[in-house]
Amino acid sequence: MSKIAITSEGPAPDDLVDTRFGRAAGFVVVDLESMETRYIDNGQTQVMAQGTGIRAAELMAGAGVSCILTGFVGPKAFQALSAAKIRVVQNLEEGMTVRKAIEQFQGGAVQFADGPNRRPGR
Amino acid sequence: MIVSIASGKGGTGKTTVAASLARVWERPLIAVDLDVEEPNLHLFLRPDIEESTAAWLETPVVDESKCTLCGACSELCQFKAISVMGTLLLTFPEMCHGCGGCIALCPEKALSPGQRELGEIGLGRVNGTQFLMGRLRVGEAMSPPFMRQVKSRLRDIVAANGRDAIIDAPPGVSCPAVNAVIDSDVIVLVTEPTPFGLHDFNLAWKAFSPMGKPMGAVVNRAGIGNSEVYRFCEEKGIPLLAEIPFERAIAEAYARGLVIADSSTHLRDIFISMHKKICELNEKSACGETAHA
Repeated sequence: MSKIAITSEGPAPDDLVDTRFGRAAGFVVVDLESMETRYIDNGQTQVMAQGTGIRAAELMAGAGVSCILTGFVGPKAFQALSAAKIRVVQNLEEGMTVRKAIEQFQGGAVQFADGPNRRPGR
Repeated sequence: MIVSIASGKGGTGKTTVAASLARVWERPLIAVDLDVEEPNLHLFLRPDIEESTAAWLETPVVDESKCTLCGACSELCQFKAISVMGTLLLTFPEMCHGCGGCIALCPEKALSPGQRELGEIGLGRVNGTQFLMGRLRVGEAMSPPFMRQVKSRLRDIVAANGRDAIIDAPPGVSCPAVNAVIDSDVIVLVTEPTPFGLHDFNLAWKAFSPMGKPMGAVVNRAGIGNSEVYRFCEEKGIPLLAEIPFERAIAEAYARGLVIADSSTHLRDIFISMHKKICELNEKSACGETAHA
């Protein structure tokens, strides 16, 4: 597992986690070996009327991410992430920084989700 | 002539007007409930439903043995109803708008048409009036594709027997409401003389006036609120077709599922006069069209 992504309100590790998956402002992608980060802006997905979770999952698959840390994932996004073999850590709390989320993940204090935690379209 | 009964605000009396107008209509008529998300015209007109058919939307079905995961369908779809994820082509039938683009585009012919049920179309009769309604399937999010199928039935019936039609439209001014009024010859906007009534009446006027169809206003619950709605009509040149008084007897009749034009002579006269004014609006606009031609 070399690359993970965190839904984020901005590009920097000190930006706050965006608890929405499909409609997140963007994704901070971290290479866990080199600890280099890069930011994927999700603005074009945010303005879609529907299918944001599926679109965001496509972006994650395209970025080669093997795990996503976020707040809430709906059923269609979860199905799409599962198909792409991307694991999900959900229920990150609002107000947490991206850095803190990465530290928690590295410390092993996370659980992988086995299902969505949000109704569709929210 | 096709007349649609619309409003910005919900609960202003569209169905009350549609049902009563249907009762006093002189020419052969078909009454249509296009408020497919919550149809209720049948509760008042009480037609015998003689035929009920399901309506479907075409959605893609994947033959995985043929799919090469090229992603052409996924790229085309604006609604994310089909998506290549890893080594799978996923479909989300409930997201599909039924355009058929993916099926037509697939170079491997790996997609074939499947179906999603949209709702049920009912056709019936009450006395001499024909009745048509759509009821959207519970859980279905898209009413316009379904409404188009109900309207296609309506077109066939009107073409076959030359009936007039009264359409009970859904409230609001978004796609379903526009879909309901766009094929009509006259739009009747039902409102009430309150700030809420005026606000949404204004929205409806703004949404529908670019269609260039004759519009008229019916003020329901006349006597409450203020005179702003009347001032607005005067300013925009919207003819006042009728006022329905704010009366306890009307609420009682409605609560019993009665058609208010049946409940007293003075109410019946209001709808007879409304009918006449709607016909005049239609004739005036028809003359205008001839003059322009």
